[in-house]
Amino acid sequence: MTNTTLNPATPLNPRKHGIIVGAVGGIGSALSMKLAREGYTLALLGRNKKALQSLCAEINKSIGETRAKAYEHDVLKYDSIPALLRTITKDLGGLDLFVFAPGAIYFPKMDEFNFAEDSKMIQVNTISAIAWLSEVAPLFQSMKGGQIVGISSVAGDRGRVGNPGYNASKAAFTSYLESLRNRLTRHGVNVITVKPGFVKTKMIAHVQKTPFAVTPEKVADVISMAIRKRKQTVYVADIWQWVMLVIRHIPSFIFRRLSF
Amino acid sequence: MTDNIQRRFTTLDNFGHSVNASSYHFKPIHVDEIKQIFLLAKKLGLSVTARGAGRSYNDASLNGGGISLNTTEMNRVIKWDADTGLITAEAGVTLEQIWKKAEPDGWWPPVVSGTMKTTLGGCLSTNIHGKNNFQMGPIGEHVVEFTAILPTSAEITCSPKKNADLFYAMISGIGMLGIFTSVTLQMKRIYSGLLAVDAHPVPNLSGQLSSLLEDAPRYDYIVGWMDTTAKGASLGRGQIHAARYLHENEDMNPNETMKLANQILPSTLFGVFPKAWLPYFMKPFVNNFGAWGVNTAKYIASLRTHSFRQPHGAFHFLLDYIPGWELSFGKGGLIQYQSFVPKETAQSAWREIIRLSQKRGLPSYLGVTKRHRPDKFLLTYAVDGFSLALDFKVTQSNRAKLSAMLQEFDKIIVQAGGRFYFAKNSETTSQTALNFYGQETVEKFKRLKKRCDPNHLLESDLYRRIFGV
Ligand SMILES: Cc1cc2nc3c(=O)[nH]c(=O)nc-3n(C[C@H](O)[C@H](O)[C@H](O)COP(=O)(O)OP(=O)(O)OC[C@H]3O[C@@H](n4cnc5c(N)ncnc54)[C@H](O)[C@@H]3O)c2cc1C
Ligand SMILES: NC(=O)c1ccc[n+]([C@@H]2O[C@H](COP(=O)([O-])OP(=O)(O)OC[C@H]3O[C@@H](n4cnc5c(N)ncnc54)[C@H](OP(=O)(O)O)[C@@H]3O)[C@@H](O)[C@H]2O)c1
Repeated sequence: MTNTTLNPATPLNPRKHGIIVGAVGGIGSALSMKLAREGYTLALLGRNKKALQSLCAEINKSIGETRAKAYEHDVLKYDSIPALLRTITKDLGGLDLFVFAPGAIYFPKMDEFNFAEDSKMIQVNTISAIAWLSEVAPLFQSMKGGQIVGISSVAGDRGRVGNPGYNASKAAFTSYLESLRNRLTRHGVNVITVKPGFVKTKMIAHVQKTPFAVTPEKVADVISMAIRKRKQTVYVADIWQWVMLVIRHIPSFIFRRLSF
Repeated sequence: MTDNIQRRFTTLDNFGHSVNASSYHFKPIHVDEIKQIFLLAKKLGLSVTARGAGRSYNDASLNGGGISLNTTEMNRVIKWDADTGLITAEAGVTLEQIWKKAEPDGWWPPVVSGTMKTTLGGCLSTNIHGKNNFQMGPIGEHVVEFTAILPTSAEITCSPKKNADLFYAMISGIGMLGIFTSVTLQMKRIYSGLLAVDAHPVPNLSGQLSSLLEDAPRYDYIVGWMDTTAKGASLGRGQIHAARYLHENEDMNPNETMKLANQILPSTLFGVFPKAWLPYFMKPFVNNFGAWGVNTAKYIASLRTHSFRQPHGAFHFLLDYIPGWELSFGKGGLIQYQSFVPKETAQSAWREIIRLSQKRGLPSYLGVTKRHRPDKFLLTYAVDGFSLALDFKVTQSNRAKLSAMLQEFDKIIVQAGGRFYFAKNSETTSQTALNFYGQETVEKFKRLKKRCDPNHLLESDLYRRIFGV
């Protein structure tokens, strides 16, 4: 996209190479900065070219060398993925980490059914993730290494009254990541499912009640730790692990009567 | 071939297991497939790097995110003439295949590396040298002709007369101008399966270098071992091994000594101890303290001056008979730093780098010296002087320190008028490479590259590093 060439590493000082899809989002940008500071060379993907370029500039300036390169990409353009993945892998000189962060959300009213919005959520949150992972998974499997990070949500843990489409999109994504983990662990590939609760980004800007809300920087810290420790599933904040444990065990006859 | 190209993505490493990169791995069995790979690379916007046996110590045959064109399936000896000593073989043929073919007929490769696992393509690209470099030059001087495929799909034949500019640039050209497909090599006549070897100790660096200088003319091969842990007045001490071919009739029974069975070392040491176990027993010694102990003990053992006869195979390829010795360096692996320095400045430059390595707590565990002379290949590393190869253990925690130190070494070596060999070197930057090659050489190489490879299809991690692309 841009003409920046990444700074060359020497054999004794290699860099890890990562792709972050959805890099200009709240979580994506915090994670990009965090990983670049940890020594990654990154390909940052998103729809908004200007925002991407200024994020790259900010990262490269803060580190003092070219570590991030921008690639304009709309995740709904599934057909562009194979070639883009090859180009990026070439530009980076390899691939160790793939992060899928984009997310679309629409907040329906309690009695609203909106196929157009539901379908968009499923396309962005699930199908495009599958489109990317269908290319990345065989690459990592063949390489016998690499880590995949999927940003799903606590919303995928249970179908609730508020947002069937979003819940379904994240449940499907969580489930897809689990299958992928079961397929790929035996080939040396680690798959991490990230399940944030509320994160203070534009996605939930107008949501009134946001219990246990964390900053995107906090989510980035947790993801970076999960990568280093090769974790499988992480909740942010931690407490969601227990909250969701309870919610997952609420019997249906009660759950049906609840208003969240 | 494009289908499921991800399924070819493979992580490859260097000989020392300290550097790796992942690429799409192709193993052509026929010349036509090489052309198809270039077409595919062009279509997909990927670069290509040839890979022989992967015996380089650095990133020469690595191509992160690109295509790795493995030549090892193209490994037929095409023609062997026991009367003239001319051998023609595909580029994936190893030195092992070559010498085992020729030696029983009374011929030996004119130049060999310290391992016989290397391929002809790899040997030509880096233009390998042997312990006879001061006399025989690099392997390129014994190549009668080679064929190659350029990234444009053109098939070419080169010799010192035909396409001479490409002959002298592709040999030494680190695989960046084209893919060698076949090589015709002039072998050297031998009259015995044995070499006459003389060994003697040298007390310090100046003794080491003057022995290399003064003894070389009387021998066919010369090599020094250096105790890199010795300090002060003993810095650079070690042992010289010098060897010569036996003349006709000097060996009473050449048919016997030239038998292959008498060239090959047994697979067990002392008859009982499987050599494959050796790396595990060596491991405890491959650390700073152990290396000091081993080097010191080796020096004490070398104090005796002695002469003996040794099979060619054993003299050249001792390391190959300890399978996996590089594994004894542990998980982080090893790298080698080899510098080529003019005879006038070698002593002070090397004194400085050895001292520096000891001061930094990053001593080399093995030092090897050789005697060299210049040659006319374009990317030559040779000088009228010596080379010193230093092995360093790599660990997760010493990488940054080691890298910084080797870049300091580079400055000292370039200052001394020295050069680097790109089958070994790993931390040299494009600025340093430009400094010692000189602008003119680099530009000449790039011009030839543009001619052979207008679409920049051939690129390796090494090339990107030292030619700054
Ligand atoms: C134990 C040991 C001892 C050694 N001793 C010596 C020594 O004494 N002297 C010495 O000079 N070197 C020595 N070497 C280095 C070795 O000889 C070189 O690295 C040689 O190039 C390795 O050959 P390879 O087939 O493994 O090539 P690779 O390491 O696979 O490749 C080396 C280079 O050749 C290129 N290449 C390979 N095949 C082709 C082809 N068909 N066409 C175009 N380019 C090609 C690659 O792209 C790469 O740039 C030693 C190495 C080891 C491990
Ligand atoms: N915020 C939360 O409370 C919360 C909670 C749980 C899970 N999550 C998940 O966390 C992830 C990141 O969200 P966030 O909080 O960082 O929200 P955000 O700031 O709104 O970021 C969402 C990102 O998705 C991108 N995106 C949406 N549609 C796209 C498309 N078609 N093509 C390319 N990119 C597209 C957006 O790009 P544009 O800028 O181009 O629109 C944006 O970068 C999402 O998967 C979200 O579901 C968030």
